[in-house]
Amino acid sequence: MSDHSPTSNAGNSRRDTQTHAGLVRLTHWGNAIAVIIMIASGWRIYDWSPIFPFRFPFEITLGGDVGMSEAVHNEDGLAGALQWHFAGMWLLAVSFVIYVGYGFGSGHFRRSFFPLDARAIFRDFVSALRLRLGHRLGRYNAVQKGAYIAVVAAIIVMIVSGLAIWKPTQFRELAWLFGGYDIARIVHFFGMCAIVLFLVVHLALTLLVPKTLVAMIFGRASNPAMREPDHSPTLNAGGKR
Amino acid sequence: MSGQPNVHRPGAQALPTRLRRSGRLIDVERRLFFGRSLSVGALALLAGCDLTDDDDVQRALNGISRWNDRVQAALFNPNRLAPTYSESAVIRDFRSNAYYGEDKVPQIDGQSYKLELAGLIADKRPWTLDQLYALPQETQITRHVCVEGWSMIGKWSGVPLRVFLERVGADLSAKYVGFLCADGYYGSLDMPSALHRQTILAFKFADRTLPPRLGFPMRVRVPTKLGFKNPKLITAIFVTNRFPGGFWEDRGYNWFSGT
Repeated sequence: MSDHSPTSNAGNSRRDTQTHAGLVRLTHWGNAIAVIIMIASGWRIYDWSPIFPFRFPFEITLGGDVGMSEAVHNEDGLAGALQWHFAGMWLLAVSFVIYVGYGFGSGHFRRSFFPLDARAIFRDFVSALRLRLGHRLGRYNAVQKGAYIAVVAAIIVMIVSGLAIWKPTQFRELAWLFGGYDIARIVHFFGMCAIVLFLVVHLALTLLVPKTLVAMIFGRASNPAMREPDHSPTLNAGGKR
Repeated sequence: MSGQPNVHRPGAQALPTRLRRSGRLIDVERRLFFGRSLSVGALALLAGCDLTDDDDVQRALNGISRWNDRVQAALFNPNRLAPTYSESAVIRDFRSNAYYGEDKVPQIDGQSYKLELAGLIADKRPWTLDQLYALPQETQITRHVCVEGWSMIGKWSGVPLRVFLERVGADLSAKYVGFLCADGYYGSLDMPSALHRQTILAFKFADRTLPPRLGFPMRVRVPTKLGFKNPKLITAIFVTNRFPGGFWEDRGYNWFSGT
């Protein structure tokens, strides 16, 4: 907070600044590792019983070396993937629950992701397609807000559909909620697709604006460039305590 | 891990070079090739080597799997029934998985067959099929969920395992019920799951005597467990307090594997 304060020189010499609270950073990376574990091991689990007429290339899945698995315990490589999947779920559960709990409790979600309306998303989406959408540090455009909300929702769907598949007897109401075990599996698959799509865009934009990565690691990053006056300084406080 | 009469536990000479849960041989060569290359998923986590095969990682994963056993045992509600389905949902051409191809399924002679009993059981006299068939039977239409992800709805008939265990004077306060199979497969259940209302020793599938590929003369049908916890071709049942493991469980699969 040294040289940047929402109240000082508002709209004049202010800089674009992105800050992230420590807990947001910690759980962001916890979520990131967990989601990668879940996707990579999930792909191998999918491969043993594909829903659609394709398999994921084996070399991008997680679950151990098949040759070694066969040599050590005569098993063809699914066990390792399942072990990762049902270990990763605990990391995801802990990290994601803290992230969401903090996001709602601290006002971080409200400040950073809202207000949001469909027209704004459409407008910014069209601008993005024309490559005219600015990406300002510390301010999320409507497409970003929509994407962050969507990925949080997708992870919730993945947890619920995952529980439905994992425990179709003990949590039989969940499978029923999805319209049956088979449909829950398909939902679990498309939830993965949504998260992968998010990750591709998220990583691409991080490459375009690398300082967002700096902020997510160290908690703060600024651009010296001056932009138009800031009408809503509170929006800058995304994640800031 | 053992200590139990794992007389059928396969030795190295009895095992095929590569185990499969499915009867199909799926791209094994391709898997072998890719398996020897690096896993990118792991690369993303730690550049250079596949984490899964590191001894410490393997120990940690096994530890979490045992933790998951305890969580699932706590989640298990003995009064909660697996969903049941209508007759029209039953798949007649039911899939059969084994660690070998279907052409190698042992053919058991029903006339000379005897079910052996061992462990914490008062009356260990072996049972003939006729004696078993005389026990009260139930029919269920439930979903068989394979650890591989596929599932099928089937119709099984047989004697509730609880009825059988009570009849032979098994110690129902023991921790485990174990099964040995004619093909060298072996498995075990926690006692609460073994005593669950829907756990049966199934003699029939879709109103017909089990064919060998589906486990003649009997398999244990446990709809509250994944498919591999439903051993086929059962030749012996034992009750014990020493963890008996199981064929796939000893190869890294989660032991409890409840549904």
